[in-house]
Amino acid sequence: MRSAVDTSRETPFRCLSVDMSWSSSSNYLCISTSSSSSLISSNELARFNRLACESERHRGKCQDLNRPTNIFAYNSLKPPSFKFDKGQRRKDHVLKKPRNISAYYSLKPPSYKFDALEPYMSKRTLEVHWGKHHRGYVESLNKYLEKDDILYGYTLDELIRVTYNNGNPLPEFNAAAQVWNHDFFWESMQPGGGNLPILGLLQQIEKDFGSFSSFREEFIETALTLFGSGWVWLVLKRNEKRLAIATTTNAVTPLVWDDIPLLSLDMWEHAYYLDYKNDKARYANVFMDHLVSWNAALARIARAQAFVNLGEPKIPVA
Amino acid sequence: MALRTFATRKTLGALSRFPQQLRGLQTFTLPDLPYDYGALEPAISGDIMQLHHQKHHQTYITNYNKALEQLDDAIANGDASTAVKLQSAIKFNGGGHVNHSIFWKNLAPTKEGGGEPPHGSLGWAIDQSYGSVEKLIAKMNAEGAAVQGSGWVWLALDKELKRLVVETTANQDPLVTKGPSLVPLIGIDVWEHAYYLQYKNVRPDYLKNIWKVINWKYASEIYEKECP
Repeated sequence: MRSAVDTSRETPFRCLSVDMSWSSSSNYLCISTSSSSSLISSNELARFNRLACESERHRGKCQDLNRPTNIFAYNSLKPPSFKFDKGQRRKDHVLKKPRNISAYYSLKPPSYKFDALEPYMSKRTLEVHWGKHHRGYVESLNKYLEKDDILYGYTLDELIRVTYNNGNPLPEFNAAAQVWNHDFFWESMQPGGGNLPILGLLQQIEKDFGSFSSFREEFIETALTLFGSGWVWLVLKRNEKRLAIATTTNAVTPLVWDDIPLLSLDMWEHAYYLDYKNDKARYANVFMDHLVSWNAALARIARAQAFVNLGEPKIPVA
Repeated sequence: MALRTFATRKTLGALSRFPQQLRGLQTFTLPDLPYDYGALEPAISGDIMQLHHQKHHQTYITNYNKALEQLDDAIANGDASTAVKLQSAIKFNGGGHVNHSIFWKNLAPTKEGGGEPPHGSLGWAIDQSYGSVEKLIAKMNAEGAAVQGSGWVWLALDKELKRLVVETTANQDPLVTKGPSLVPLIGIDVWEHAYYLQYKNVRPDYLKNIWKVINWKYASEIYEKECP
């Protein structure tokens, strides 16, 4: 059975480095994650739960192991709200609120500031696209997962594949896939992006598309001829062992076909409407010229080569 | 579509003024709005109306004309595969033109009766099928908000079964793709371009407010024509 390891987003080290610390009010356990992975699957949360309760028990205060501690992911949507009564003495380890897990997946911010992509993608677009659309998808995914535990224990990639259900998607698919797609999209862009890819990626593009400019033309044309809402991808096709340009509608991602995406461009109207109104051509061109992060694509294809044999690189002989 | 008649070919020379009619191909032009761009404020802003009409609808028409010309050529050359390949472009752009033409007629400024609930046989039929206009509006808003990606939400009349249905279509698919006997009475565009500048991602607000400028009179006319 083919491994379902995510090759495109996470670092090779799957386990989180977490730093558990008691908040000052001691009612909440804050988990701060390292930058690599902010996606905490629920079985890990359950593990922290148990650890938290065990450490409480050691302090002799909490006898009830079945009530999980209130756990928040560090960069999740709702920061813990601390209400300090002036006269109240800090009562450590007395847990007043009903304890339950409040987030399964968290909203990861892009690794650049919102105004870092100006003037190509405005701060306002990022604020609305990330802060409202992406956040909305995360919240709705968490809401779906609260209902019952049948979908627990999956990484986000696995969740997408499972909920896609081979073409008959479950309602959670849209939310899960859009969370993943947007995370991937933010990482596919960088301030000062554009220009050309380098090294092996450029070689592979030239091999599969003829030249970089013909790839660029094909990518932009595909973006413009997409009907409705969707995404345009540069994927590495696993079976054919070559790069290709793929389009998907709405929330679908090449992950469901087991291909490895390297870059994506969001062609939903909300991605460009505030900046470019209906001028899709300008948006696609600006993306290629100024926003696309070839560094990210290079890292992804390097990782992908652990799973797809692309042959020997062409090393120029002196 | 291509009106390729023997007579057209014979009158080759006579109709030199209209080269399109020469080949029997009718092209489409952007219909004018019966109201100003800003007349639907504050439900829909003037900016959105202008962009929607002058840019989006115009693009659909331009591309539809182009696709029709290409289809015409393909048919003339007997090129079946190209003719079939163009079908998706025709469905998308032609559907966009058809849908938006209905949409402009579905809207009216409040001064000219926009938002006024339907009276007469349509009102009665709505009360019969849905209980009240408010309940119908709630149902349409719920379905409209649930559309993934781009699409339309319709109040349609099933001509054969003589009853009202609420349907959604994806992208620019015309209503007939959901049923050949469906006649659109009211269509609401839930593509993001229809509301994004004003409502950003809050589609439910857009759906709530658009009912203030919906032209029920037009819907009633269509209904009475089909169900006298």
